[in-house]
Amino acid sequence: MAAAAGGRWETVIGLETHVQLRTASKMFCGCSAAFGASPNTNVCPVCMGLPGALPVPNEQALKHAVRAALALGCAVHPRSIFARKNYFYPDLPKGYQISQFELPLATNGSLSYLSPDRGIATATIVRLHVEEDAGKSLHDRFPRETAIDLNRCGVPLIEIVTGPDFRSPQEARAYLQTLKQVLEYAGVSDCDMEKGSLRVDANVSVRRPGASALGTKTEVKNINSFAYVEKALTVERDRQIAVLEGGGVVEQQTLLYDAKTNAVRPQRAKEESHDYRYFPDPDLPPLVLSEPFIAEQQAQLPELPAKKRERFVAQYALSVNDATVLTADRAVADYYEAVVHAAADFKAAANWVMTEVLGDAKDHQGQLRVPPESLAHLIALVQGGTLSHQAAKRVFTEVAERGGEPRTVAEALGLTQVADRGMVAGWVSEVLGAYTTEVTRYKDGERKLLQFFVGQVMKRSGGKADPKLTQRVLEEKLAP
Amino acid sequence: MSDSSEALASAKAAADRIVKTKRLNACITPLKELRKSLDQQARAAHPSGVLYGMPVAVKDNICTLEFTTSCGSRILEGYRSPYDATAIAKLKAAGALIAGKTNCDEFAMGSSTEHSAYGRAVHPFEKTRVPGGSSGGSAALVAAGAVPAALGSETGGSVRQPASFCGVVGIKPTYGRVSRYGLVAFGSSLDQIGVLGRSVHDAARVLSVISGRDPKDSTCEDRDSLRLPTVPESLQGFVIGVLKEYFPPDLDPAVRRACERAIRLLKELGAAVRDVSLPHTPYAVATYYIIAPAEASSNLARFDGARYGPRFDGALDVRTLYKKTRGEGFGPEVRRRILVGTYVLSSGYYDAYYRKAQQMRALIAQDFRNAFDRGVDLLFTPTTPTSAFKAGEKVGDPIAMYLSDIFTVTANLAGLPAMSIPIGRIKGLPIGGQFIGQAFLEDEMIEAAYALERVVPAAEEA
Repeated sequence: MAAAAGGRWETVIGLETHVQLRTASKMFCGCSAAFGASPNTNVCPVCMGLPGALPVPNEQALKHAVRAALALGCAVHPRSIFARKNYFYPDLPKGYQISQFELPLATNGSLSYLSPDRGIATATIVRLHVEEDAGKSLHDRFPRETAIDLNRCGVPLIEIVTGPDFRSPQEARAYLQTLKQVLEYAGVSDCDMEKGSLRVDANVSVRRPGASALGTKTEVKNINSFAYVEKALTVERDRQIAVLEGGGVVEQQTLLYDAKTNAVRPQRAKEESHDYRYFPDPDLPPLVLSEPFIAEQQAQLPELPAKKRERFVAQYALSVNDATVLTADRAVADYYEAVVHAAADFKAAANWVMTEVLGDAKDHQGQLRVPPESLAHLIALVQGGTLSHQAAKRVFTEVAERGGEPRTVAEALGLTQVADRGMVAGWVSEVLGAYTTEVTRYKDGERKLLQFFVGQVMKRSGGKADPKLTQRVLEEKLAP
Repeated sequence: MSDSSEALASAKAAADRIVKTKRLNACITPLKELRKSLDQQARAAHPSGVLYGMPVAVKDNICTLEFTTSCGSRILEGYRSPYDATAIAKLKAAGALIAGKTNCDEFAMGSSTEHSAYGRAVHPFEKTRVPGGSSGGSAALVAAGAVPAALGSETGGSVRQPASFCGVVGIKPTYGRVSRYGLVAFGSSLDQIGVLGRSVHDAARVLSVISGRDPKDSTCEDRDSLRLPTVPESLQGFVIGVLKEYFPPDLDPAVRRACERAIRLLKELGAAVRDVSLPHTPYAVATYYIIAPAEASSNLARFDGARYGPRFDGALDVRTLYKKTRGEGFGPEVRRRILVGTYVLSSGYYDAYYRKAQQMRALIAQDFRNAFDRGVDLLFTPTTPTSAFKAGEKVGDPIAMYLSDIFTVTANLAGLPAMSIPIGRIKGLPIGGQFIGQAFLEDEMIEAAYALERVVPAAEEA
């Protein structure tokens, strides 16, 4: 149905993304911000909201927030205001969340990403502000009771709000992946959706193509993984289209996505957002950021993925696809460059990193186990004819598992190739003697048998014969 | 071990004196617990501290490791703070003894110390009257001679007004002079811990100890602690402004007489006295009663029975728990202010009330700056429009109660230091005169108060 309706309706999506900043301590107190501690152990009077306690901003969090804003091309305001967002909930111990409202940290940014539908597209970043996280209510821990864990309470977050810029769930997902990549690059967050360090709420509406006004939107919450982003948004988009095609109207409301049933349901009335009564937090003076402070954060920003990709294409003569794969992760990009700087061939290094290195990393929690210098040596051994490509892969695995110098490892494994003409000629003679029929057929014009003879020589040599040399000797001996 | 006999003697004497003030209902700490704690504190006190052995009573809305901190409210009945307020830690480091918690209006909301879960505090000289509020317990204890000084807190005159009513000295420092860490918040942008003292010197030396920077309070100025001035020979060179709007035609004639006598004495001391006008004064009380409740409505949201304090239970769900706990735990005045504050912050009303009030607050602060820019060093006014009123007289009339803060709220709105010192009696009841100083120039204000204190016949009818 969605496909059929697709032409008659345009989807409009805007995203609000909460990102946990990578800091040792919380936003307004000295408690650890680490994930996974036993409940209510990383707490103090400030983050528990005890009477009389007061917040003090975490400078590291502010640095990260400013870096994130700059990485997204935002204007960082020299003066912004912390505000209180008031609502009652048991895991919100002060009865308000410290956030920003009227004057946020940054506004007016943009992020380019690769849309599956439209090629390079740009999302506007309307605002980026700093806030603290709430605690966690555990409804399934004790029967008929709710437990509260305040460890997460006060953990520093930024909220990044886009314009209504996405035209499909796929685009929304592509933007999110690019956002994650940029923030990881900037070193401000680990953006782990499973640990809750990246959370997404989406505003969804549909309208007739060409219409300038937006349709009535709904807000979809509780999207807990990248895979669900697309699913949840598709479900809601299709629901709205079905309502409209059935002659109904879309009701503005907040919906929760349920991954198990792949459906959205309205938030219970009690959970419905109300009047938050935002006002400037009198406990926190206006956040004033000096010119040098902002400049310092700009200087601390690394080269971002888009820039790096362009440079890789230009500097290493890589295809856009290869450069995209190699720059997807900052650590991988740095690794690739280290291999290249240790004097490896650009293209060969790229192939090795994209296949063997990433393959190994995938099986080992993302670790890049073979030092870049070792990989550079290994590539040189292949190109010098000392190792076959097949043998080099075995050496790679061995170095990854047990370490060591590639040449030493290759020798210990007996994998170095024989490039001695006399020895190779001996194996060739043996093979040609054993397959006289094939030799005759070859001489009668069945040239493709050459690869058969190469294979037999390799077999006889235990894989050690240099394949190029073998081919050359074979061609000489079979020449009429 | 140092010899702690001096502090022990002081502790015992303080406990004995506090026992004798029981009728005032000013100290809410059980006397047995108080005596035991004072004894322990005296043994541990730092003999080298500048306040060694000095008993200082503390308003019940300031967090102390000793005793409960209940803000005079049922909702914090039995609550013990796991930490000391910064002001308390500084007092202890100076060798002072925390001499119990004092009665106050619930969450410091009130001007009579009648709105307390512990019952009303009583005026030290006339039991039918109120000691003022909200720091009425602290003022009454000092006035009764039980302690030389006590901590109070101010949001809109809650130290100066009871000081005036009880005939003691009350200082509210500049906003940001004393850390608010550990002061249970009422109106955070207005709140300051203040000191009530038997004399200018007692109040000032305690203020000096508790003042100064605190990395735990972002609104506390990064400054050294207040340097105490010496008692001046004269006030030659001081320009003191007399605020026109604080002497309205319908001012109690006795209050006017007392102030005029004080002004005469200031002139005799060598000060130049000038009339000054602050045109936005008439809007101060209205402005205050928007901003303070707005902040209070948010500050008091944390008292929901979920984590600490008693639960008014039987609740089946969390909403009912909130409603019952907050409905029964807060008294009527607190509930009234939460309602007002919630209303003025609500969407659709924010611009009409809260934003307007903030604009007016800026104008009021500008009035003061203008006066000081024209060469005035200090301002002088009555502290209160009347002497202590009768218990029950204003509880049913919130507006009348609010108007007893009419001369004090401006200093809170402008963040300026201000103090009240006794300047005479009206039918036996004390009345105070108020100095308002320039930001962070408490020393000048205290100098003038020192000089006036030496010559003013505070015990005489005006």
